Amino acid sequence: MNWINAIVQGILLGGLYALFAAGLSLIFGVMRLVNIAHGDLIVLAAYLGLSTTIMLGVHPLLAMLVVIPLMALGGYVLQRGVLNHTLGDDLLPPLLVTFGLSVIIQNALLEGYTADPQKMSAGALETASLPLGDLSIGVLPLLTFAIAVLVIGGLHWMFYHTALGRAFRAVSDNQDIAQLMGLNRRHIFGLAMALSLAITAVAGILLGVRTNFDPSIGGARLIFGFEAVIIGGLGNLWGTLVGGVILGVAQTIGAQINPGWQLLAGHITFLFILAVRPRGLFPRMTG
Amino acid sequence: MVSEALRLENLNKAFGAVTVADQLSYGLKTGEALGIIGPNGAGKTTMFDLITGTQRADSGRVLFDGRDVTRTGAAERCRAGMARSFQVPQPFAGLTVFENAMVAATQAANMRGTAAERHCLQILEQTQLLNKANVQAGGLTLLERKRLELTRALCARPKLLLLDEIAGGLTEAECVSLIDTIKNIHQSGVSIIWIEHVVHALLAVVDRLVVINFGAKIAEGNPTDTMQLPEVQEIYLGIAVDA
Repeated sequence: MNWINAIVQGILLGGLYALFAAGLSLIFGVMRLVNIAHGDLIVLAAYLGLSTTIMLGVHPLLAMLVVIPLMALGGYVLQRGVLNHTLGDDLLPPLLVTFGLSVIIQNALLEGYTADPQKMSAGALETASLPLGDLSIGVLPLLTFAIAVLVIGGLHWMFYHTALGRAFRAVSDNQDIAQLMGLNRRHIFGLAMALSLAITAVAGILLGVRTNFDPSIGGARLIFGFEAVIIGGLGNLWGTLVGGVILGVAQTIGAQINPGWQLLAGHITFLFILAVRPRGLFPRMTG
Repeated sequence: MVSEALRLENLNKAFGAVTVADQLSYGLKTGEALGIIGPNGAGKTTMFDLITGTQRADSGRVLFDGRDVTRTGAAERCRAGMARSFQVPQPFAGLTVFENAMVAATQAANMRGTAAERHCLQILEQTQLLNKANVQAGGLTLLERKRLELTRALCARPKLLLLDEIAGGLTEAECVSLIDTIKNIHQSGVSIIWIEHVVHALLAVVDRLVVINFGAKIAEGNPTDTMQLPEVQEIYLGIAVDA
């Protein structure tokens, strides 16, 4: 019974990891930018959520209504003001700049909020659970997973059925030709980063409700996000969800065997999949 | 005075020691079709780069519809009504043929919804790609890719259409149907500049001819007369030997 419970909890945890990964995957897909600061941006969103709940006295999930637009706007400005200038044939400048950004965000959070672990309180929602046979499923993890499915389904629909999605794919395909089709890539990249950080805002708040956070935990969230993307296969959004689930299940099963093995089991599973299927489980077909 | 769709004024461009545009000047009346010929490496494709804004000239000016666009970006020039087909087709390989067309219609021509879809389908029919509409562009044959170049340029609803060697490699029948298509576009009032080595196709459509060599204009005028000039004959025979 404990094993089944571990697997179910792992699947639900995978939803959160998929949310970590979705924003990362989006901007890598559109502009080949590896955002090292992604994990710290998740933590930043969690802190913004915390401040919003304290200042306005609202429920953390309602705080999303404030944090999502804030992060999206910040993403657009960050892209147009800084990151667009680093993009080019060389992959190194954006890597270094986002690494610097990661250090800046961590230290700013440390300065502003101290190193004390924080947590957002979601009231009764935190302990609510649904009985399922002998198992009991937490409402909050279930909600997180449902949001992840919605976000990824929404992204997928946006990519393949809207003018904006077509623009993202066209720019990703060939930036120079896209310019000649009237697409302003600086603006498109700005929109992609805005969307990425909007998803990050959702992920950050769900993280902050689920567990304690402090300014230093961004790096590990970045790794989880990367692992989910790579397990699922680059460029495949539903694959990213599967990748998140595999990582989540590996961690909860590891923890079931021995509480100290949670992270290790996740990383070993990732390494194993990387060794057997270097392009991930469901790589996007290329033309 | 007849308005001008495009005017180039003393354009210069050099890559190191290689001059690709040398005091290049000419004008294009609105609705006119202009043919460009010249040997390989004469700077014809670079001239299109300078017109569309993919590359900046070292000096000189580009005027589009009477407006100075020398410092304007490529995306903005496209939205203002310039569209181009590439000599080496460059489709968005991961998008379907229809989606390729839709990018041009929605982004360049700023069309929306069903109007954009209808426009694209109509152009796809005109360029005989309708049966390939849902195929990924990466899977097309060379000929189909060339047609897609023209399709995408037309879907942008251009005022000025720049065609770069789209007749090369076509069979005689395909060439005849291409000439008809371009004549139709021309008759609908679109200004055209067409770079082409297949001279008979060019002469069937264009009103005027400009001959370029080493980045400089060496002759300009009525197509038949221009082709008879000794210096053009020399270059044109040079092309024939090359081919």
